[in-house]
Amino acid sequence: MDVFAVLIIQSLYAVASLALISVGLALIFGMLRIINFAHGEFLMLGGFAFVIAVSSGVNIWVAMFLVAPAIVGSIGYVVERLVIRHLYGRRVIETVLATWGISLVLIGITSSAVGYFQRGVTPPFGSVRIGAYSEGGYTFFVIAVAIAIFAGLYGFMRFTLAGLITRGTMQQPDMASALGVSKTRVNTLTFVAGAALAGFAGAVMAPITGVVPTSGAAYIAKSFITVIIGGAAPITGTISAATLLGMTSYFTTLFTRPVIGEVVLLATAIVVLRFLPTGITGRFFRRGM
Amino acid sequence: MKRRELLRASAAAGLSVGALGEYSRAKAADTIKVGMLIDTSGPLEVFGQNKLRCLELAIDEVNQGGGLLGKELELVHRDTQSNNQLYNQYARELTLGERVDVVFGATTSASREIARPIINRSGVPYFYNTNYEGGVCQRGTFCTSTTPAQMVKPMLPGLINKYGKKIYVLAADYNYGHFSDRWARKIAKEHGGEVIGTEFFPLDSSAFSTAISKIQQVKPDIIHTVFVGPAHAAFWGQWASAGMVGQIPVTSQTFSLVGEQLLLPPEVSEGIYTCLNYFEEIESAANRAFLKRFRAKFADKYGYVGETAMAEYQGLMLWAQAVRRAESTALDALNEATKNGITIPSPSGEVTLDPATNHCKLDLYLGRVENGAIKILETFSAVKPENPGDQCDLIKNPDTDRQFEPEI
Repeated sequence: MDVFAVLIIQSLYAVASLALISVGLALIFGMLRIINFAHGEFLMLGGFAFVIAVSSGVNIWVAMFLVAPAIVGSIGYVVERLVIRHLYGRRVIETVLATWGISLVLIGITSSAVGYFQRGVTPPFGSVRIGAYSEGGYTFFVIAVAIAIFAGLYGFMRFTLAGLITRGTMQQPDMASALGVSKTRVNTLTFVAGAALAGFAGAVMAPITGVVPTSGAAYIAKSFITVIIGGAAPITGTISAATLLGMTSYFTTLFTRPVIGEVVLLATAIVVLRFLPTGITGRFFRRGM
Repeated sequence: MKRRELLRASAAAGLSVGALGEYSRAKAADTIKVGMLIDTSGPLEVFGQNKLRCLELAIDEVNQGGGLLGKELELVHRDTQSNNQLYNQYARELTLGERVDVVFGATTSASREIARPIINRSGVPYFYNTNYEGGVCQRGTFCTSTTPAQMVKPMLPGLINKYGKKIYVLAADYNYGHFSDRWARKIAKEHGGEVIGTEFFPLDSSAFSTAISKIQQVKPDIIHTVFVGPAHAAFWGQWASAGMVGQIPVTSQTFSLVGEQLLLPPEVSEGIYTCLNYFEEIESAANRAFLKRFRAKFADKYGYVGETAMAEYQGLMLWAQAVRRAESTALDALNEATKNGITIPSPSGEVTLDPATNHCKLDLYLGRVENGAIKILETFSAVKPENPGDQCDLIKNPDTDRQFEPEI
């Protein structure tokens, strides 16, 4: 019995962590049609903001819920004003190139400013006993955080006026403008929100994975694949893609070995894109958000 | 700048570079040039910065003692920036452009195998001073640090006696991890133990929860780890947060190489066994004196002098001793002078070059992390480099140039 409980928790964790590291990218891609290749670096910066804040004495939850999103959100604001706003409506390849440049700059700055010798933060909460097994309490926290983020995002989009305006601007920018919505402002705020979410996710993952200036590279591939497989709808797309990819790679890793798990994750992505070139939400859950 | 001016300026610059070249060659006559290829920026800077510091200190000490062959040593460092392509470029630059007399450095095996053929072809002796998977056999290449068997042999038998027979291996998924796993299997078997499972992790993988559950299921007596790089460092936090610290003893072949214990909270690193050629905590007069000189030169900004850094100091001292005996820096003379072995004292104990393999016999220390510092439990003197089946014999076959795999 206990083994099944552990399997369920760990597979949920695999899905939750994938969804969490992808949500910021999905929001920016879904709303603004910008492929943000600096997304991995936003996660990395969130991780550093968190780790450095904690080691200089800030309360761990303040660092995670406030400091990391605020710092990365501000960086996102600067990046949007300087670079991204010139890219709306341009071809995907141009957005990829420009944001890739930003990613290299951010890695370079962090390497020289912080370096690679940074003390980590251990996951809080201790461990939870499940029969013969024990699982880190932080695993449950990550799952809960992912659920809360997606529920919050859904509630915001579905039930608030601001959410309505955001969706409207995404679907019919000209009509939204005609109704007096400032398109520029909505775009900026959406990008900042995506960056802040990435910063937060980076802080949540930092106690588990640790953080170095090149951490972004490990994140970007997985989150990028999740978002592309998910398709245009940021919330349903990310959840469905993270579930598919997280479950397949978790169970393959369990029964074979980690490297096969990663291979199967990529193979699944290729097969899905062959049959659903616009991602899962291009065919299914088309009314999702 | 107009085109004509630009042309004129670059012609002038060309001339002055040419003149500089002449100058440095003229100068080369009265110094011995020590080339160093090491990453002092990028992810590998955690190794490279202290490696460079240790080499600088060793060069200072040799110079204070009057230099070698009546000449001063001159350090020529190139920062390879954790970028393998630069190893190619800078290895050529050091050997062909700077005409150095010896090359030190490289951190990873991949970067070594880029630089090594270039350096070997130039006939310049090459000292690789980092623990690695073993097996390089070439008379111009001197591998002065430890190989997996030298760590596993002293470490595992005692722990099998103390904790039990069942060993579970967690290792990096490339040749260092795979060879270490083979040695662990062989040595466990010879001492009544058994490796009941091995899990290999890609170098960028930091997902250990599945492995930790498998371990909780099979309940081994000892976990032997061969982790490499920053992603794998995540294991310790995940192991601790699953409540496993103190439940099953864990060993590591890499822990403390660059002072990992300074990056982890003490309750996470508590009890990790590690077996290396050098720890700052070694209690000997030679080591205390070394650390005093090191701190006087570099103050407190350096972190921790681990085995990988100390190996550069030892490598330089070994080379210097060989040069004194050969009365030359040429490779043939060095090979001739070391053909009966050569021994130097060092802060880690005696280091002896084995001329048949160009690897070193070293002291190994079994340590255990206690309260964020290494407590040394046992010393193993003069542990030989393994050379299964005498695959490598540079005395008999001086023209060998390959890397042997351990046939075990």
